[in-house]
Amino acid sequence: MKRILILGAGSAGTMMANHLVKKLDLSQWKITVVDQHKTHYYQPGFLFIPFGTYSKEDVCKPKADFIPKKVEYVQQGIDVVKAEEKVVYLEGGQQLDYDILIIATGSKIVPDEIEGLTGEGWMKDAFDFYTIEGAVALAERLKTFEGGKLVVHLCEMPIKCPVAPLEFTLLADAYLRNRGIRDKTELIYISPLSEAFTKHNCAVVLGGMLTDKNIHFEPDYAVERVDGVAKKIISFDEREIEYDLLVSIPTNMGDSVIERSGLGDDLNFIPTHKHTLQSKAHENIFVIGDATDLPSSKAGSVAHFQADVLTENIQLYIDGKPLKEDFDGHANCFIESGNGKAFLIDFNYDLEPVEGTFPLPGLGPFSLLKETRINHWGKMAFRWIYWNLLMKARPMPGITTKMTPVGKRLPKKEKEELCLQEKLPEQP
Amino acid sequence: MPTREIAGTTVDVNEEGYFTNPDQWTEAMGAVLAQEEEIGELSDGHWKILNFLRQDYKEKGVMPTIRRVKNAGGIPTKDLYDLFPGGPLKKSSKIAGLPKPASCI
Ligand SMILES: Cc1cc2nc3c(=O)[nH]c(=O)nc-3n(C[C@H](O)[C@H](O)[C@H](O)COP(=O)(O)OP(=O)(O)OC[C@H]3O[C@@H](n4cnc5c(N)ncnc54)[C@H](O)[C@@H]3O)c2cc1C
Repeated sequence: MKRILILGAGSAGTMMANHLVKKLDLSQWKITVVDQHKTHYYQPGFLFIPFGTYSKEDVCKPKADFIPKKVEYVQQGIDVVKAEEKVVYLEGGQQLDYDILIIATGSKIVPDEIEGLTGEGWMKDAFDFYTIEGAVALAERLKTFEGGKLVVHLCEMPIKCPVAPLEFTLLADAYLRNRGIRDKTELIYISPLSEAFTKHNCAVVLGGMLTDKNIHFEPDYAVERVDGVAKKIISFDEREIEYDLLVSIPTNMGDSVIERSGLGDDLNFIPTHKHTLQSKAHENIFVIGDATDLPSSKAGSVAHFQADVLTENIQLYIDGKPLKEDFDGHANCFIESGNGKAFLIDFNYDLEPVEGTFPLPGLGPFSLLKETRINHWGKMAFRWIYWNLLMKARPMPGITTKMTPVGKRLPKKEKEELCLQEKLPEQP
Repeated sequence: MPTREIAGTTVDVNEEGYFTNPDQWTEAMGAVLAQEEEIGELSDGHWKILNFLRQDYKEKGVMPTIRRVKNAGGIPTKDLYDLFPGGPLKKSSKIAGLPKPASCI
C-alpha cells in the first residue's frame, strides 16, 4: 500500500480528502489526514461574531463529520516533516511515511510579531477577530463600548481574507449607528497599503465608501509598536495614533512546523508553483490553501478552486504524466458593507475585479463590484455552501474553476483573448 | 529598454529608474543616487544596509523583505526607516542598484 498524507484538516485539507477518496484506487492508496484539533471552525463566520450576528456555536462543527470513512484521521500535533526521508513525525513520536504529501496547514495570526501588542491591555482594549477566542472576547467588549476612538489596524500583508479588515470596519460603522453611538465614535482604518485594498479597481470603490461613511483612512502605515499603557500605536515614521479600542489584524504566518521542517520563507509560507501547486523544492510535496507563498488571495474560495486543480494533478503525478498548469489565481469574495448589503468581486492573477454579473451573464443574481442586498444574501448563504458543498467536495453548479470572462465588463481586447483561450463564444 | 547615465556611465534601468542589471552598479553611482533620493551623504549605517541588500540579492536571486533585513541582516527595522525615510526598501534598493522590491512592507 502506498500512502498519501494530508497535513491539516481545515478548509483545504478536508476538501482534498473528500476529492481524493472519490478518485484514487483505494486498494493501492491509503489516505491519511492529520490535524491537531477536534473542531472545524467556519472562519469566515468570525467576522460576524463581534457584532452578535453569529455566536460561537454557529461557526463550529466536529472535524470528524467531514472526514470520509475510508480516510484515516489522526488527531495529533505535527512536529516536523523530513522531506528527504519522506516521513512526518507527530508530537508524541509517532512516524508517518508517505509517498505523496499534501501540506494544508494554513496560516494564522502571530500577535507577538508586533512589539507590545500582547502586553498591557491585550484582550481588554486590544483584540483580534481572526481567532475564535479573539472574536468572542471582542463581542463582549463591543457590548460595553460607549464611543471614543475605535481603531482597526491591518499590520502587514499578506493576510488571509484580505477584505475582512475592511468588512469589519464597515460593519462596525453600521453597528455603531444602530446603537446610536456613531457620532460619539471616531472610526479609523490603518493600513500598510497606499490604498484601501490590494486590487486597485476595488480600492477605488471601497476607498470611496470609507470617505462617505466618515471613516478616516491612514495609509502607508508601518507599525513599530503598540503602547498598551498609553493606548496608542506608533509607526516607524513616528505617526502616533491613540485608541480607546484597538482591533488588530496582526501579522499572518504559516505554522511553525513549516519553519521546523525548513520548508518555508520568512513568513513560513511554502514556495509553490503558481499554476500546478507542486512545491518548488520537492516533487512529491504539494501545497494548497493559505500555506502557499502564492500571490493569490488566501481565502476559502481560492482553496476550493485550487482543490479542483490539485486533485487532477495528484492523479497525473501518480500516473507519471505532466502536471496541468490550470490554477489561474481565481478568487471569488463577498465583501460585507453593512446594513444588509455586500459587494462581490471575482478576479485572478492577471485580471483585476471589474463590474458585471455572476455567475450568469446578464442575470446574476449577483452583481460584481456593486453593493446589493442579493450579494449580502450570497455571503450569508456561503456558510451553508461551505459545510454542505465545499467541504464535501460536491459540485457547485455554475461556478467554474478558472475565472471566466463571461458576464464581466472587461476591456475588449482582454475579453477577446480570454474567450479565445477558453474556447467560449464571445459575449457582448 | 530605457538607459540613463549615472556618474559618467550608461546603465540599463526600468521606467521607474530601478536597475535591471545590478552588475552595472558601482559605489560611486550609489552616492549619486542617494543625493537624487534626498538621502544625502551615505554613512556607515547606510552602507551596512546597502551591502546586505546587494549580497542577499546575489545569493538568493530575490529582493529581501524588511523582515529578512531584520532577521538575516541583523538590521533593526527602525534603522531602515530612520536612514531611508519615505519608503525604506524602495529607496535603499534603488540606491543599491537593485530591482524594485515586490512588496514594500
Ligand atoms: C475573519 C476571517 C474571515 C474570512 N472570511 C472569508 C470569506 O469570506 N471567504 C473566504 O473564502 N475565506 C475567508 N476566510 C479565509 C478562510 O477561512 C481561509 O482561507 C481558509 O480556511 C484556508 O484554508 P486552509 O485549509 O489553508 O487553512 P485552515 O482552514 O486554517 O486549516 C489549517 C489546519 O491545519 C492545522 N494545523 C496547522 N498546523 C498544524 C500542526 N503543526 N499540527 C497539526 N495541525 C496543524 C490547523 O489546526 C488547521 O485545522 C476568512 C478568514 C478569517 C480569519
